[in-house]
Amino acid sequence: MDAQSTHATGPGLQLPEKSYLNETTGIRSWLLTVDHKRIALLYLVSVTFFFFVGGFFAMMIRLHLLTPSGYMLSPDTYNRMFTMHGVTMVFFFLIPSIPAILGNFLIPLMVGAKDLAFPKINLLSWYIYIIGGAFTLYSMISGGLDTGWTFYTPFSTVYSNSAVAPAVIGVFITGFSSILTGLNFLVTVHTMRAPGMTWFRLPIFVWSHYATSIVMILGTPVIAITLGLAAMERLFGLGFFNPAMGGDPILFQHLFWFYSHPAVYIMILPSMGVISELIPTFARKKIFGYEFVAAASLAIAVIGFLVWAHHMFLTGQSTYAAIAFSFLTFLVAVPSAIKTFAWVATLFGGSISFDTPMLYAFGFLGLFLVGGLTGLFLGALGLDIHIHDTYFVVAHFHYIMVGGAVMGYLGGLHFWWPKITGRLYPEWMARIAALILFVGFNLTFFPQFVLGYLGMPRRYHVYPPEFQVYNVMSTAGASILAIGYLAPMVYLTWAAFYGKVAGNNPWPATGLEWTTASPPPTENFHVTPVVTWEAYDFHNRPELELDVPRAPTLAPAHGDD
Amino acid sequence: MHRTGELYGQFKTLDQQKETASLGMWIFLVTEVMFFGGIMMAYTLNRHVYFHAFAMGSNTLSLQLGGFNTVVLLASSFTMAMAVWSAQTGKKKLITIFLSLTILLGFVFFGVKYVEYAQKFHHHLIPGKNFNIFFCRDNPSKCDDLSAKDLEEENKELEEASAADPDLNAHAQLYYSAYFGMTGLHALHMVIGAGLLFWLLRESVAGRFTPQWNTPVDLVGLYWHFVDIVWIYLFPLLYLIDRHKN
Amino acid sequence: MQSPLPFFPEQASSIANNVDALFAFVVLTCLFFVVLVVSLVTFASYRYRRRSKGEVGDTVAGNLVLEIGWTVIPLLIAIVIFAWGAVIYVNFRTAPKDTLDIYVVGKQWMWKLQQPNGRKEINELHVPVGRDVRLIMGSEDVVHDFFVPAFRVKMDVVPGRYNTLWFRPTRPGKYRFYCSQYCGTNHALMGGWVTVQDPAEYAAWLSGESGTTTDPVSTGEKLFSELACNTCHLANGSGRAPSLNSVYGGKVLLADGSTVTVDDGYIRESILQPNAKIVAGYQPVMPPFQGLVTEEQIVNLTAYIKSLQSQPPPAKGAGVLPVTTGKK
Repeated sequence: MDAQSTHATGPGLQLPEKSYLNETTGIRSWLLTVDHKRIALLYLVSVTFFFFVGGFFAMMIRLHLLTPSGYMLSPDTYNRMFTMHGVTMVFFFLIPSIPAILGNFLIPLMVGAKDLAFPKINLLSWYIYIIGGAFTLYSMISGGLDTGWTFYTPFSTVYSNSAVAPAVIGVFITGFSSILTGLNFLVTVHTMRAPGMTWFRLPIFVWSHYATSIVMILGTPVIAITLGLAAMERLFGLGFFNPAMGGDPILFQHLFWFYSHPAVYIMILPSMGVISELIPTFARKKIFGYEFVAAASLAIAVIGFLVWAHHMFLTGQSTYAAIAFSFLTFLVAVPSAIKTFAWVATLFGGSISFDTPMLYAFGFLGLFLVGGLTGLFLGALGLDIHIHDTYFVVAHFHYIMVGGAVMGYLGGLHFWWPKITGRLYPEWMARIAALILFVGFNLTFFPQFVLGYLGMPRRYHVYPPEFQVYNVMSTAGASILAIGYLAPMVYLTWAAFYGKVAGNNPWPATGLEWTTASPPPTENFHVTPVVTWEAYDFHNRPELELDVPRAPTLAPAHGDD
Repeated sequence: MHRTGELYGQFKTLDQQKETASLGMWIFLVTEVMFFGGIMMAYTLNRHVYFHAFAMGSNTLSLQLGGFNTVVLLASSFTMAMAVWSAQTGKKKLITIFLSLTILLGFVFFGVKYVEYAQKFHHHLIPGKNFNIFFCRDNPSKCDDLSAKDLEEENKELEEASAADPDLNAHAQLYYSAYFGMTGLHALHMVIGAGLLFWLLRESVAGRFTPQWNTPVDLVGLYWHFVDIVWIYLFPLLYLIDRHKN
Repeated sequence: MQSPLPFFPEQASSIANNVDALFAFVVLTCLFFVVLVVSLVTFASYRYRRRSKGEVGDTVAGNLVLEIGWTVIPLLIAIVIFAWGAVIYVNFRTAPKDTLDIYVVGKQWMWKLQQPNGRKEINELHVPVGRDVRLIMGSEDVVHDFFVPAFRVKMDVVPGRYNTLWFRPTRPGKYRFYCSQYCGTNHALMGGWVTVQDPAEYAAWLSGESGTTTDPVSTGEKLFSELACNTCHLANGSGRAPSLNSVYGGKVLLADGSTVTVDDGYIRESILQPNAKIVAGYQPVMPPFQGLVTEEQIVNLTAYIKSLQSQPPPAKGAGVLPVTTGKK
């Protein structure tokens, strides 16, 4: 354990002289690094770049939809905007964001290891991401892509006049980055835990990434081969998905969704993992029902593989199949409910503070709740007939992806920023930005639920005039949301260089990562930690200097660890 | 590349390093199963729907060449396993011999595959504009690598198949798309495997592998066995549909 | 027509009420849980706010009763919603007998619809109120989707197959329909109006003047002889092919021993790829018409074959299996 004081912040604190940030210098030491922390920062820069690319396309969409008659963009251009918004956000932002940035940075620290199991493969995964991104960017600048991020055939393989092949190849390549990240995490958690770090002492963040990694390695290869076949069809005229040649467009949909549904769990599980760190930390209380939360994460990963055809209820598939998939879809909601109630229960009897990460956690709770509950509408067959492929779906997945995944991502970035940079971000500015984001988000996406039930279909560049009011509301919200995103980019960058020095453990929090310096040395720990305490144990850790226990409000029956 | 069994920085013991590497390879192979699984699924569904065309396609493949290749790959898995055993028992010279045999057998496989692919090219069976399942029936002089008996049998099958399926050419092209897709993917994996084997050969000649440390041989062995198993699936799927006595 | 801030489309079909009722139920359920969670979080945030710098929470970390409770109760609610939705869906996917059949072809970027008497419409659909209407839909190019919000129905239109959707309009009026599967440049322009009329008005409209009115049955009959179908499919059953009298809607025995119901899909397949499902006892000699007939010609031929339902099957050479149970 480092000699520096734990959670006190103040003028006396100093940054460690040598840390992973300055131990070696020069651009080569960054581009050829095998240090998981530096690789996380490489990802941070590139993922943020793609976030803004995707955000630019979003801005185009919302500006164009201010009027019903398409004043701003031609139909083809609009179709390219929403397609490239989806491709960028899904494959180049949401899928990598938390795992490749926070997961890469934190997992070795959280398990007490010097690095991940395969550091060079980690670096390779970043380069693969960059190369895949380059192909996709090439597709965007050489005319764009207009197939929708779902690439449905035969439109994408035969009829589209856009740069389909480079985009498909780009996504194909980037998939391997995801696979390698997942492989690295799985092996690390199995074989690299420090002495005393048993499975059930792991932070839920690690469990969540373990579950995510299972999905990554089982699901991603399937989209790889699917996009490979689609590329073959596009480039060489093969016919698996083209009915004119005896192929079947529905086969493409099955293969595509077999990955793309579990993919949404790749996007949300890590964020749930972040929330499971934030709430115990800022309530200073062990997470409620630790084993249930861990098991629920795995359950989501497994059941998530069984529901893909709920995206295809109206393709003409067998009614029996639809019933089976609908039932399983409702089943997969249950573990998420378990986790949500666990997070709420953690608050009771806690000692709650409202730092920015906690505000993001609260935002997550509300928005993920709405997003998840609206999934019930879509999973119900009788309702899906009406709301499938309308703005209801768009609102639902944005609530989960933005309200859920991005909230967790930003909350995590704020929470671990002191560990990553050694410095604190400006608290009040951050709180205001979080509130702006929350307000802007709801104004953007809640009206879209209404639009969907009224019958406005997705992917429309023009719409009947009676839908305009809600569209204007949505665009207004989007402009507020944009401020909520820009602000952290600015002040977090500023704080990295000029923020107040944080010390080892400013919050304080109980994870292993907080026992080492901020920023950590390259080898993470000067001395290999030996773990003797349970996860989220605020009571048996005198070094945290927390001394005023709250009396239990419930009889301490189970769970008194 | 580290030298004889040195510990990498992030590991604490050689055992942990070996266990980690091994687990990594196994998980990687699981991803490969999912990768091949996707195209096998597409193939299986299409074979069910277009049975006649797929049976026709299958019957244009050479059972002899495919069977020979299967034996070759099985033998190469054996020599690979022997290489791993040699490394584990410290018989350094044998490692090199068995690795060389494995590479040799791999190249035999490539050679046979080349012959098969070349034949398909000459018979206009490569998917694309020139694909024509009836080419040999309509141009028997251009298909002189087939014996008269084979040609006659093929034509008979063609007649039956096209009576059952008026779109035989389009659906047979689907078969060949799957054939080239699956065997091509498999061949690509074998090329990568051959590359890994050459690297192992170089290291074994330099005497790097000991009973205490032979992880690369072990792991490449796993990979090579996996590639072999994929072929064990491909061979019956592609070559053995509705085979009459040849 | 609608208030400035509407929330629901009009209810203009027989299922709209039920769909909206399920929607309302799920909305209330969600509202309940949102209010519950928000109240709990708000309460806890106030009651357990940090009161001093070093304060730490208590040690309670689990409760089996709560865990079971909040697993089982959401599961039960989920099952109720699932079951209700499934019932609506099964009903939606099972068209009643005796529907008014309308053929729909979607192509980039327009809809072609054909009424039973042959009257064609483009981007418009006229239907009588109170009648069960079935849309039989095909695509000429990519995947489309036919969506009528006021009826609460939609179905994908997939190239290479037929998909059907049925509804019963309950209120006269004009209702929008949309394409709701992205299909390219003018996806958003690929819609129109469903006009629901009183039966008398509908009948009058149906027989009214239109440049493209052709009776599909007589067109089909002409095609049947022009394409020489009648040289094999003799009505008296003595030809090389089965008689088509009474065949539509009945069951036929295939060469491989299975039976199949003669519906539009089977007729279409038998015209395009006749040897896929040959009737037992017949040789595979029918030439395939793939590439020789258009979708519309198939529609007309099908209409003609359907009209032969009322013709008695011959004793020998009937395509259809004898009716044993009285079921069609």
